[in-house]
Amino acid sequence: MASPQWPKADKRLHIGKPYDRLDGPIKSTGQAKYAYDVNVPGMLYAKVFPSRYALADVNSIDTSAAEAMDGVKAVWIDEGVLGKEVRYVGQIIAAVAAETEELAAEAIALVKVDYTPKEALIIDTDPSLGSGRPSEREEGTPAEAFEAADVVHEGYYGIPVITHCCFEAHGQVCDVNEAGAQFWPSTQNVSKYANGMGESLGVPESEIKVDCQVMGGGFGSKFGHDKWGVVGGLLSKKAGRPVKLMLERDLELMVGGNRPSAYGTVKVGADKDGNVTAIDAKLFGTGGNGGYRPPPVPYVFTKIPNQLSSGQRIQTNRGGQRAWRAPGHPQGCFITMAAMEDTAAKLGMDALDFFKQNLALTNRPELYAQELDIAADMIGYKEKAHLRGDSGDGPVKRGLGISIHQWGGAGHPSECDVSIHADGSVECRIGTQDLGVGTRTCVTMVLAETMGLPMDAVKANIGNNAYPISGASGGSTTIGGVSSSTRLAATAALNKLLDVVAARMGEDALSLEASNGRIQVTGDDSKSVTWNEACAMLGTNSINERGVNEPGESTKMGLMDSGVGGCQMADVSVDIETGVVTINEMVAVQDCGLIIDMKTATTQVHGGLIMGVTYALFEECVYDNRTGRMLNADMEFYRLAGLKDIGTLKVHMMTGPGFDERGVIGLGEPPVISPGAAISNAVANAIGLRVPELPLTPDRVLNAIAKGGQS
Amino acid sequence: MQDFEYTAPTSLEGVIGLLSETWGETEIYAGGTDLVTCLKQGLTAPRRVVSLRNVKELKGITILDDSIEIGAATTLTTLLGNAELAKHATALIQAIEGINSKQMINVGTLGGDLCQRPRCWFYRNGYGLFGIEDGKSLIEDGDNRYHAIFGNDGPAKFVSASSTGPALIALGASLIVSGPEGERTIAAWDFFQTPQSESDRETALKSNEVLTKIIIPKNETQSATYEIRHRAGLDWPYVTASVAIGKEGTKVVLGHVAPTPWVSDAAGKALNGRVKKADAEKAGEVAAEGATPLSQNAYKVAMVKTAVKRAVLRATGQEEEA
Repeated sequence: MASPQWPKADKRLHIGKPYDRLDGPIKSTGQAKYAYDVNVPGMLYAKVFPSRYALADVNSIDTSAAEAMDGVKAVWIDEGVLGKEVRYVGQIIAAVAAETEELAAEAIALVKVDYTPKEALIIDTDPSLGSGRPSEREEGTPAEAFEAADVVHEGYYGIPVITHCCFEAHGQVCDVNEAGAQFWPSTQNVSKYANGMGESLGVPESEIKVDCQVMGGGFGSKFGHDKWGVVGGLLSKKAGRPVKLMLERDLELMVGGNRPSAYGTVKVGADKDGNVTAIDAKLFGTGGNGGYRPPPVPYVFTKIPNQLSSGQRIQTNRGGQRAWRAPGHPQGCFITMAAMEDTAAKLGMDALDFFKQNLALTNRPELYAQELDIAADMIGYKEKAHLRGDSGDGPVKRGLGISIHQWGGAGHPSECDVSIHADGSVECRIGTQDLGVGTRTCVTMVLAETMGLPMDAVKANIGNNAYPISGASGGSTTIGGVSSSTRLAATAALNKLLDVVAARMGEDALSLEASNGRIQVTGDDSKSVTWNEACAMLGTNSINERGVNEPGESTKMGLMDSGVGGCQMADVSVDIETGVVTINEMVAVQDCGLIIDMKTATTQVHGGLIMGVTYALFEECVYDNRTGRMLNADMEFYRLAGLKDIGTLKVHMMTGPGFDERGVIGLGEPPVISPGAAISNAVANAIGLRVPELPLTPDRVLNAIAKGGQS
Repeated sequence: MQDFEYTAPTSLEGVIGLLSETWGETEIYAGGTDLVTCLKQGLTAPRRVVSLRNVKELKGITILDDSIEIGAATTLTTLLGNAELAKHATALIQAIEGINSKQMINVGTLGGDLCQRPRCWFYRNGYGLFGIEDGKSLIEDGDNRYHAIFGNDGPAKFVSASSTGPALIALGASLIVSGPEGERTIAAWDFFQTPQSESDRETALKSNEVLTKIIIPKNETQSATYEIRHRAGLDWPYVTASVAIGKEGTKVVLGHVAPTPWVSDAAGKALNGRVKKADAEKAGEVAAEGATPLSQNAYKVAMVKTAVKRAVLRATGQEEEA
């Protein structure tokens, strides 16, 4: 009999090996069909009319000229804003569907909206403009602790609003009629994409079919069907034709979601030996017109005995925030780690010594100690490290920076069906999605591993809401969820097969195993049949078994777990005459329990580092304070890192005893949390002063140098 | 985007005959790296687009005894591969290298680089060349981090986007433009203008003229361009400096600091052929004098100092390790 527990290291056929993504070739050769690539017969193209004002009353919306245009097949108006307010530039007020994309754009240009503009709040850097009372928290006796501290550092830190900037914009192709609907969206949430859509579309939700085989990035911004999903559906229904509605880049950046800003002053108290005793963080920031939760400060060093913190929300007339890969963590991490490093510098201590000195204030001191040592070796810390600012005479200064981070990563609820057919074929069906990270590949590996078969002998069917429900891909919950449900279903199906084979072979099913394409008496291939012979015994039947991942149960069984820690170090060069920061090297050390596919796990960390370098050096939403327009809503001035900007990336995954037996833990968020902090700390180490805000653009670096630092 | 007529005549005469006397009615399409963007952004809605792709006489490099003539529709990649230009117009070649995008330089042309519209984000977002909303400048109180620190006392606060303009001015190049009235020669410096009204343009070109040729004198000149740019790949520079050190003197021309390339006569005079590191530093200081930064771009003054110093050192083979 097969047990659902993960096999021990010496028994693993696929798990833990570095496998290429199964859909890599179709993606790299352009055969993969993203939502944007879906073209169905009779399809119309939709364009939306965005608000020109950040805050205005909408007095009237006149679409008559657009409607009268040849080729325009359906027009939609947001009755909800008529006579009411629009609250940010880019808010969708109307939409049209036409025979061609160009006609749709022309028709949109004919829409007339009469507004009464009002004074809007755009800037997010003035806490006095906050709405409501700040949240406040106190632990211990911070006032006394600061009084008693040998050293008190106080600094200002800031991290602006950035966006998800998905390469594939939000949107979908859909075909809606009275009887039902088909959606091809770009989504992180196939199983539940259609939830809440039925009423708006006048179609039973049970009749809404959703398919998303590949998608071009979500990062937390694509959980729902969104307004444009409903608008596309209504246009389709009205026109009686399929409709493609994808956001264009400017709207993608303005309304497709963003990461809240976080600014504020942080005070850290320590004794002369470098033990941190107190922290006080007064933070503020904006989630645009959406919600805002202050980032967690202190971050990771949560056991600092005396703490004070407050968070003030500034509600601005800008697009709303959405979960951005590890919500709150990159901000909390940057602010905490920068303040910690500044404290070390004030004490004249080496940053690595200082971090290690204070690991008892974290939840996993031993893990971080181990990871810091590995990272230090990888980056050559001993040879390269110097105290802050002690970096030679020339204009180019080099420095190292450190950061540590944490995440949960427990698997989400997930269901999976596995079928074994008499011809030997094996498949699973699971309503999950592959955001590009390798979910399809990992599900296939788990299925093949369980059956003792090669990868090409099994097939994973994902990305369709007709399959058993699996959770949304967010919060690093996917891999734990889908690997557990797939493992449970596959084990159950295999055991059904073992029962059949045992009866035929006259063996006890408990003594049988699947190994290397055979069903055999455990450890004895002289008593065996091939996989195909075994399946042929099913005759005209198939085996179909469902696996249900109930996270609590699976955690008890050791299939999955939660709680990871990671460490990153950055080696940077800063030209103090130009302000240009160059990444020489980034090192990431990360645990995530049992790793299914070593290659996709490693590349997930690479991706986190690249995204991290990007927000550390380049990304920010620049808004005009008067018009509320995002000035860089394009790929020209909303800069992303290119290959030459990211330096050398080195990744070490913590595996083996102590890690593997924990089961599978998610990895999507952790690697993107630390880069901003590590890079900012490295820049401070290089140039001898803190550049207080990210991104570390040449202007910010030169301004900080001109001011001589903040303290 | 409104429909337009697309034409691709085979002669210069044919091109000129198709151009309008009014700006905006017709547009010239060379490489298209800027025009296509402008069309998409709704900055222009011509009724006719005249392509230069079939006009052979506008392409190619001719080496003469005392000059090098470049057809305006010659791609930047073609220029990069030319040994004579590498020798006599190093600053130009380095300016092209600074664009750092194979895709851009493979289709982008020298003439197109000189004629492209500003990248000012107020302009590109539909607030006009001067970034005006309700009669007030959005630029003065708004985010002007990339805007001009010289020549910004008028309504124009944008910076000239041309990568090659400063180098061509430093090298003493002249430009030939052709129109219905025939040909005229314009010094590269005079080609660039600071618009005083929304209907003015950034160059001396008229709407019915086409830039045909760029002529670079073959002087014994040491020249270089130094760019301060953030991303390693395609990106706009913050500040550039082109210098040319020759028998007739030293020219220092800044890019991305003013609505036109910005000649610093004072820096040229300060150098006067002296090129030690201290002289280069001094030239940088002098070039930065008189800057009038806006609310958010004072950092560019420091960049001017660096760019000029490094361009001088680069031109004379003393480049610092950076």
